[in-house]
Amino acid sequence: MVLFAFLLLLGATFVAYALNRRAAISIRANGTQLHSLESFHGLFAALTVLVPVLVGILIWLVLEGTVVDWVMIRSLPEGTFDDLGSGASQLIVAEIKSIAGGRVFGTPEPWKTEAAERLVAYNRIADWVLVALVAVSAAMLLWFARRSVAAQFRARQSAERIVLGLMVFCAVAAIFVTIGIVFALTFETIKFFQVVPVTEFLFGTSWEPQIPIREDQVAAEGAFGAVPVFLGTIVISTVALFIAIPVGLMTAIYLNEFANRRIRSAVKPVLEILAGVPTVVYGFFAVLTVAPAIRSFAASIGVDVAPNTALAAGGVMGIMLIPFISSFADDALSAVPRSLRDGALALGATRGEMMVNVLFPAAIPGIVGGILLAVSRAIGETMIVVMAAGLIAKMTINPLDSVTAVTVQIVTLLIGDTSFDNPKTLSAFALGMMLFLVTLVINIFALRIVRKYREIYD
Amino acid sequence: MTDITPEQTGSGRSQSTTELVQKSLARRNRKQMVLQGYGIAAIVFALSMLVILVGSLVITGYPAFTQTHVELEVFVDPEEVDPENLARGSYDEMIAVSLGEYFPDIDMTDRVAAREVTQLLSSGAQLLLRERVIANPSLIGETITLKVPASDNYDQLNKGLVMRDTPEQFRRVDNAAIERFDTLDEAGVISTPLNTRLITNADSRFPELAGLKGAIIGSFWALLTCFVISFPIGIGAAIYLEEFAPKNKLSDIIEININNLAAVPSVVFGLLALAVFLGWFGMPRSAPLVGGLTLALMTLPTIIIATRAALKAVPPSIREAALGVGASKQQVVFHHVLPLAMPGILTGTIIGLAQALGETAPLLLIGMNAFITSAPSGPFDSATALPTQIFIWADSPERGFVSRTSAAILVLLTFLITMNAIAIYFRQKFERKW
Repeated sequence: MVLFAFLLLLGATFVAYALNRRAAISIRANGTQLHSLESFHGLFAALTVLVPVLVGILIWLVLEGTVVDWVMIRSLPEGTFDDLGSGASQLIVAEIKSIAGGRVFGTPEPWKTEAAERLVAYNRIADWVLVALVAVSAAMLLWFARRSVAAQFRARQSAERIVLGLMVFCAVAAIFVTIGIVFALTFETIKFFQVVPVTEFLFGTSWEPQIPIREDQVAAEGAFGAVPVFLGTIVISTVALFIAIPVGLMTAIYLNEFANRRIRSAVKPVLEILAGVPTVVYGFFAVLTVAPAIRSFAASIGVDVAPNTALAAGGVMGIMLIPFISSFADDALSAVPRSLRDGALALGATRGEMMVNVLFPAAIPGIVGGILLAVSRAIGETMIVVMAAGLIAKMTINPLDSVTAVTVQIVTLLIGDTSFDNPKTLSAFALGMMLFLVTLVINIFALRIVRKYREIYD
Repeated sequence: MTDITPEQTGSGRSQSTTELVQKSLARRNRKQMVLQGYGIAAIVFALSMLVILVGSLVITGYPAFTQTHVELEVFVDPEEVDPENLARGSYDEMIAVSLGEYFPDIDMTDRVAAREVTQLLSSGAQLLLRERVIANPSLIGETITLKVPASDNYDQLNKGLVMRDTPEQFRRVDNAAIERFDTLDEAGVISTPLNTRLITNADSRFPELAGLKGAIIGSFWALLTCFVISFPIGIGAAIYLEEFAPKNKLSDIIEININNLAAVPSVVFGLLALAVFLGWFGMPRSAPLVGGLTLALMTLPTIIIATRAALKAVPPSIREAALGVGASKQQVVFHHVLPLAMPGILTGTIIGLAQALGETAPLLLIGMNAFITSAPSGPFDSATALPTQIFIWADSPERGFVSRTSAAILVLLTFLITMNAIAIYFRQKFERKW
């Protein structure tokens, strides 16, 4: 039905284009000079029909489900939800919906079946109303657009104004995404901080978010001190950067200064492949190969290592970051003006000395910007740590131990759990908020450094 | 006033400088060699990591591309099948009977003993038989040849992943089981054909039956949604910012915002989707549509940045020429600049979509890691995606899923390489150097 509405709209758009174009052509055929080309008359009509109706359909689709559900819930017998918690009421609604969808389990109470039948009926009505609305509004807009065709009508300006408006909307959509992120996170985080004090979250040293199933269970309170979680992220990121920074920088230096073209053109694509490997693959690599290798190596030298040591997750993350850092450093080195390089060589420096004493220091700001972006990637990296790091938050900075990370907690707290009313789920949003803020600050800072540095040498 | 002849100083000092330089040169060159050595070591390290990564995936993954099968002569016993309701029948018994013929000394009426034997076959064997019979009821009363997958442990045994020389207590397959397997092997009914189920089946609890069909279709719908949303919006935004936006505060904010959006961790987009799409708008959980919507938000900055670069690369002379013959600003862009920039835009889009295809974390948060045994029939159905399927399998305890995870990764990497190859092809075929 919805598809039919879209097709109807599409048809109306084409009709509008053809009609107005035809009308404009016939005006010109009568010998009158047109202000705009015929195709602009057509375009104007098409856009006048398409844009408002499309927006209408989308708004309708977003709201339809909620409204239909609400009407259905209102039609349930009085007192259905009287002594039920929100979870139980949701279950009932979900059951009715699944009956309406044709998935009946056992024999539901008759009132549920009736409600499901009503729900199906409402949905059908809603679909028809949608199609009817689309047809009526499209026809009205068509009529309006058709009336506007005249020799003096500035169709080009009107059409271009609509197109420009659409483009502005597209550009602003990106801002809406950010606003959406901020709103969603803030909203849920505030709910979380109503249950758990901010100070406990930021400074508490015990993280045990598993809320007990029964009220009277021993240790009934979950603990939400996020410090050990932050610490875990820091440990893993540090291990990653310990590998990625030296290897990445050395790769960039060699490729930028010493490698001949053949090596460069062979190594660069390989690094790009390394950068393009999905993180879930790196995560599996850490579990399958790296962690057992580290363990057996440690066992051979008599060191006890946790099965999911921070070393494995951090090391693999480091490999992932190598191409990231090397490409930023390579760009930064290439951006240093040729005169500095030539000047150093002319004074008799070897290429190595030129690199270490002139080129590299001159490129430092750009490199630092790249490294900062790598730090923010490491903090926000999810799949590698979810698969290879631990789940239990420990106050330790020992990379041989098993530590957890912010992203691990977010994913494990939210997998398979949708209710937004317990602190366990909400705490994931608080962690997400921290993650977003920290990476945002680092990103803004890094992007500013990179940009400023580019301007200096440009 | 000192009056030094150039000759004196020149010869005396230059000699000593030259000597100094000569003396230090070896040391300085050695330093440079060390620096180069570090560089080569770094590159070798990075390359060897890639080789180890791909190598370990191929080594663990290639066994999953074949599957041990057992060929059985099954008599479809009319007494065991209800002709009114073909789905109800003791198909497992028929299979057990036919398998029992190879083991005359085992009493197949004894349930415990029979179970031991039938464990050799996948639990899906009876379903395969049932499907055959339902599709063609005239088979009832006939004896048919059926090729059924062996269960995971025996599959591993056949491929040599379960070592026969491991002591019995550490082995997943006991000696009696190996003997039974060898009996079948000698009878010539064991074969190891290409494992087409890896592509044609959806997920399953049993490794020997699990396939990627659901995940591939789910990924397809998600990517399609992602493309349909992010491509037009991305191009629109990029054209506006590059060609029309006035240099003011708002444009600056949009630009900074887009650059930042490109660096926001992917899991945060998952949180956004969970709270807004699922929580506020009530969209269906696990649906590829929602996944695609989330991926679209992440791909948007990539497409915008690529499109802007492509637009920037079109020389101003084209714009000026078009303006000169009387085109409006928008006609210039849509008739001349955009078509010329299209190859670059498409390249950037494909690369962005390839990134989206490999993205896992946001999909986990919107529930695309559900266990679903049928392929989705549309973007609203619950489904998994390739990367989330890899995550599910990587988490599964059965041994057989290890190689299947690697195989799934190889399939994913094949898709990614294909997409990137297409992007490179586009770039080389259509991109013009000005």
